[in-house]
Amino acid sequence: MEKALVLMGCAIGAGLALIAGIGPGIGEGYAAGKAVEAIGRQPEMKGPLTSTMMLGIACAETTGIYGFVTGLLLIFVAPGMFLGML
Amino acid sequence: MEVDIHGAPIYFEIPILGGIPISATLVVTWGVMLVLTLLCIWLTHGMKVKNISKKQAFAEFIVQKAESFVIGNMGEKWKHYTPFVSTIFALSIVCSLSALFGLWPPTADVSTTLAWGIVVFVIITATKLKTNGLLGYLKGFCDPIFVMAPFNVLGELFTPISMAFRHFGNIVSGTVITSLVYAALVVANHALFSLIPGVVGDWLSAIPFLTVGVPAVISLYFDWFSGFMQAFIFCTLTMVFISSAAETE
Repeated sequence: MEKALVLMGCAIGAGLALIAGIGPGIGEGYAAGKAVEAIGRQPEMKGPLTSTMMLGIACAETTGIYGFVTGLLLIFVAPGMFLGML
Repeated sequence: MEVDIHGAPIYFEIPILGGIPISATLVVTWGVMLVLTLLCIWLTHGMKVKNISKKQAFAEFIVQKAESFVIGNMGEKWKHYTPFVSTIFALSIVCSLSALFGLWPPTADVSTTLAWGIVVFVIITATKLKTNGLLGYLKGFCDPIFVMAPFNVLGELFTPISMAFRHFGNIVSGTVITSLVYAALVVANHALFSLIPGVVGDWLSAIPFLTVGVPAVISLYFDWFSGFMQAFIFCTLTMVFISSAAETE
C-alpha cells in the first residue's frame, strides 16, 4: 500500500513537473516571431539577429530543462530513494 | 517491452579512498581529450610562412574564427581568453558528438558540465575580485540595499548550476527521447509485421526494419543541432559573464 502510494506520488509529480514546458514554449515562440518581424524589416541584419535569438531562446529554455530534470529525478531516482526509506 | 534508460555505466572501481569509480564518462572524456590533443599536434605540425599547405590553412581558419568569435562577444582587450573559450567549445562539441559513435556522451553526465560551470564560476569571481577588490566585491552583494544580499548570493551561486543544467538537460533529453523512440519503433515493427500470417510474419517481425532510418533523423536534431547549439550557448554565456564581471560599478 505504502509502496503504491510512493510510486503514485512520484508519477503524478513527474507529470506535473513537465507542465514547466508550457512557459518556454510560449516564450521561445514569441522570441522567434519577433525575430522574424525584425528580419522582415531589416533583412540585412539576419546573421546577428539569428544568433542573438538563439542565445535568448536557449536561456528561456532553462526553466523547461529544470522541469525536465525534476521529472527525470522523480521517475528514476526518487522511487528508489523513498522506498529505501520505508 | 523493456526500455533501458540509465546513467553513466561504471566499468570498475579503483580500491583506494573508499573506491573511486571509473565510469564511461571518465573514459570517454579522456579519449576525447586525447583525440583533440592529437588533432592539434597534427594540424600545427610543420608550419611554414610561405607556400602553406591546406592543413595549415585549415588550422589558421579555425584560429581566426575563434578569435573573431571572442572579440565579437567580449571586445579586443579580452583576446587572451580565446584559448580557454575555444577549448571548452571543442571539448563540448566532440563530447556531444561522441554519441554518434555509440559511445556514452560525457555531456549527458551532470558531473562534466558542472565541472565546466565551476571553472567558469571561479574565473568570474576572480575577475570580479580583480576589478573591484575584496571590499567592492562584497559591497556588490548589497546592491541595491543590504536586505537583498541573500538573493544576490543565491543568484551568484546559481550561475554555474544553471549553465551546467542547461547543457546537461539538453543532451540527456536527446538520449532519453532517442531510446524511447527506438523502443517504440521495435514494438511498432513487431506489431506491423506480425499482421502477416504464418511463419513469414513471425520471421519478418523478428527483424527491426523500422529502426533503420528514423533514429538517424532524430540524431540529426539531438546530436548535431543540439550539440553545436549548446556548445555555442555555453561559450557565449561564459564570455558574457566574464566580460560583465569586469565592469566597474
